[in-house]
Amino acid sequence: MATVEKQVPSPSAEVLADGLTRRSTLKWMTAAWLGFTAATVVGLTATVRFLFPNVLFEPPTRFKAGDPSTYSPGVDERWKEKFGVWIVRNTESIYALVAVCVHLGCTPNWLAAQNKFKCPCHGSGYYVSGINFEGPAPRPLERAEISLSPEDGQIIVDKATRYLYERGQWSDPKAFVKMV
Amino acid sequence: MVPRWRQIQEQIVASQIWKSIFRVGVPNTNRKRVLAMLGNVVLHLHPVKTRKSGVKMRYTWCAGGVTFFLFLVLTFTGLLLMFYYRPTVEYAFVDILDLREQVPFGIMREVHRWGAHAMVISVWIHMFRVFMTGSYKPPREFNWVIGVLLLVMTLMLSFTGYLLPWDQLAIWAITVGSNMASATPLIGIQGPATGLLKIGDIPLVTSTNDARFGLLGGRFVGAGALLRFYVLHCVGIPLIAAFLMAVHFWRVRKDGGISGPV
Repeated sequence: MATVEKQVPSPSAEVLADGLTRRSTLKWMTAAWLGFTAATVVGLTATVRFLFPNVLFEPPTRFKAGDPSTYSPGVDERWKEKFGVWIVRNTESIYALVAVCVHLGCTPNWLAAQNKFKCPCHGSGYYVSGINFEGPAPRPLERAEISLSPEDGQIIVDKATRYLYERGQWSDPKAFVKMV
Repeated sequence: MVPRWRQIQEQIVASQIWKSIFRVGVPNTNRKRVLAMLGNVVLHLHPVKTRKSGVKMRYTWCAGGVTFFLFLVLTFTGLLLMFYYRPTVEYAFVDILDLREQVPFGIMREVHRWGAHAMVISVWIHMFRVFMTGSYKPPREFNWVIGVLLLVMTLMLSFTGYLLPWDQLAIWAITVGSNMASATPLIGIQGPATGLLKIGDIPLVTSTNDARFGLLGGRFVGAGALLRFYVLHCVGIPLIAAFLMAVHFWRVRKDGGISGPV
């Protein structure tokens, strides 16, 4: 029996149709898929980024709270509505309590008659110092950074920086303003 | 002699309009009945044949059917409410009051609200029935997962709808609820492993780009949150739920029809 020698064409050079070879087909299909994937990634990224605006029309976290002499001893509620902060003055210092319940984030009320902060959502209670004593709150209220402006002596409160009692930060010099 | 009305009837049935709508003719054989159902977009949603066990109310409780019916009721009443309700801080609450006081059939909002409560309950009853009858077992395990996703969509519809009256209860409930998003791993500001994402001392995830912010469109429940929840409640989640329902009903058919007693 005679064996017939057949020349097998290289698969990559095999002509499919219209002058296309397997290699060129794989090339443009790879390019097409890479392009499609890149476009999808860019589109999804743009979609997610779209949900985060460039400008926020919310009150700033840092604000001037007036002259220290305008605060009489006790809890001052003048900034609660706008900035969510109580300014508290006691015998030797002024500090800023963030008016967000540490339980689940509601805004507590200052009950002057009972001398405590009380959250209407689940009943957490805090002393004037911010330390929790009743209800589900797991820790004391947070204090915001407070300082005196070097220019006009006004109180400056910065809610972006917090001082936590349980970390021993309330004695930090930026957690209160000394009153002489 | 053929009566006149008979002639008219034959003319109508032979007309192009009639035949273009009713293509199979009088469905007087089983084959024609099947074709009539399959050739109609509304009728084909229902299976051509229903097993005797499929209509046993004491077995199925029809809880899935009740849930779907309530979804349709809520879609319809919700659409009506959208004609009056404006999702802005200025108008939302007063529009809710006006829906009761100033609109004919002022119970429309109550129908929507109680229907929503009923749908959450009927979904759980449906799930309970499917669990107790073992209807989640193969080949229906895929459909159980779709069902769980539909449960999540139902609860999400409830949650987003909760904010829209814009009263104190709504605002604080959503404040509490959306705080959970802060605990999302990696993308929530209080979530596990989020603290690892930082360049030097600068954290990458802050209160203005974490998961909660994406949900609320702000650092607290405000105008942005109201609008986002409105869009999700009226368009986003219903579309996803409708798609999942289509898959759910389709799979019921493909997995051997509604489950019956063994």
